[in-house]
Amino acid sequence: MNEPQEAIPLAAPRSSEPRAKSRVGRPPEEQLRPAGRRLNRLCLVSGGMLVLCVLVVVGLVTADLFYLLSKDLPLADIGKLFTARAVVRAMKLSLLTSLLTLALVVVTAIPAGYALSRFRFPGRALVNALVDVPIFLPPVVVGLSLLAFFGFGLGSSLKQALSGVGISLVSWIGIVLCQYVMTMSYGIRSIKAAFDAAPRDLEHVAYTLGCSPWQAFWRVSLPLARPGMLAGCILVWARGIGVFGPLMVFVGTGPRVQVMPTMMWLELSVGNIEVSLAIALIMLVMAGAGLTVVHFLLGDRSFL
Amino acid sequence: MNALEVVDLTLRAGSFAVQEVSFTVGEGEYFVLMGMTGSGKSLLLKAVCGLARIARGRVTLHRRDVTALEARFRNIGYVPQDGGLFPHLNVLHNVLFPLTVAGLKPVPARAAVEGIVACLGLEKLLARSVAYLSGGERQKVALARALARKPELLVLDEPVCALDEPTRRDTCRELRRVQKEFGVATVHVCHSRDEAALVSDRVGIMCEGRLVDIGTLEELATRSEHAAVQRLLNWN
Repeated sequence: MNEPQEAIPLAAPRSSEPRAKSRVGRPPEEQLRPAGRRLNRLCLVSGGMLVLCVLVVVGLVTADLFYLLSKDLPLADIGKLFTARAVVRAMKLSLLTSLLTLALVVVTAIPAGYALSRFRFPGRALVNALVDVPIFLPPVVVGLSLLAFFGFGLGSSLKQALSGVGISLVSWIGIVLCQYVMTMSYGIRSIKAAFDAAPRDLEHVAYTLGCSPWQAFWRVSLPLARPGMLAGCILVWARGIGVFGPLMVFVGTGPRVQVMPTMMWLELSVGNIEVSLAIALIMLVMAGAGLTVVHFLLGDRSFL
Repeated sequence: MNALEVVDLTLRAGSFAVQEVSFTVGEGEYFVLMGMTGSGKSLLLKAVCGLARIARGRVTLHRRDVTALEARFRNIGYVPQDGGLFPHLNVLHNVLFPLTVAGLKPVPARAAVEGIVACLGLEKLLARSVAYLSGGERQKVALARALARKPELLVLDEPVCALDEPTRRDTCRELRRVQKEFGVATVHVCHSRDEAALVSDRVGIMCEGRLVDIGTLEELATRSEHAAVQRLLNWN
């Protein structure tokens, strides 16, 4: 009768000591812990980071408020800062131009983002990269480039033609132009991402159900991309209302073209930090209101 | 008269090609296309539906040449693997979708789909969001939507592959029952012999982009010596 053969180990242990850690590097007793306890560490780290981010925002807002209050200004005077004619005018101009810019970006970025998301064409990679250029350019360069564009050739002719009909670029039009150039890339990028997330197959299904490409776009792709597009709109509007560098270069700081960021800078440069902070607080309130509206549009009632 | 006639259909997708595929589907017939993964079944279906550009060949529906027609003009009801339901619409609006696209108002559109909804037992699901449907329910809704247009041909791309075995069997029987009730010619793609046995009148076997044999399951099992046919019919 043959002796039973000893099983040959596939891999010899590196040492005769029992392994303290498992293959995944955790001691065995830790592996036996309920999943919830291991998750807690993740919760702690991620929650901690979230709190940190919120604290940064809350800290900045309260710093603005406390600075204003610490100046021992009577409440009536603080109220006057918020209702000063120049501040109100700048606020109106900022709101008007940023909303106009948002509308322009939406009108152009929806088809452009859709084209980048859905179509394959020669030079697509180059177009995709060029669209991002304004994101990487320093804002002042955008202002300089606009000056250069309208300084000669086609741009100059266009400027003269506009002047001929009484339209000056040193006006709300110039502000919208600067804001548009600065925010267009964000719009296209986020709307492209929104269309990327909407499955192409559903458009195909829509075709078989009798849709033309336009109908499939309006009835299927656009509604599916809506949440991503609204998030993109927040970004575009927030970026637009905060544009500063190109405005300083391209339209200047005249009283008719003072939006909130330029006015804030002007007040700060002459030492009126209280007015600057009042404008900053108005911008914060506007940003909060804008965010609330967008969350309502997204159907996220839990926001409040 | 044949409901569908595909002649010498050839098309390419990247390095893969469907080559010279010819077959017919009779009026009211349930035709199953079987093949291993990557054999070109789904690509062929897309070409029939007008969703993939063909290089050569002809597709006719009831003697009407639809080869050059866009998908929307072919009147083919297409149900993709996951049902392809529109997540932003509820069940009712998914089912009504093809009719509202055609310009029907909601009330007459609703009346037009009453029979289909009743046939598939969807009455209780109509107000539900498609996100809360089970796999079987999704396929029923997708089928109802495809039938709402009264298609000349129904095309089902692996409609039950994501379902568990009992649900798969039930859904297959349901598919066959509904298909008989509406009398619509159907092409159903799958890779399971059991599934084909439950629904098919005839079966076509695809292998590496070619249709290698056509017949009833019994005929194919007894006469075909093609390795792909034997492999498909004998593996389960």
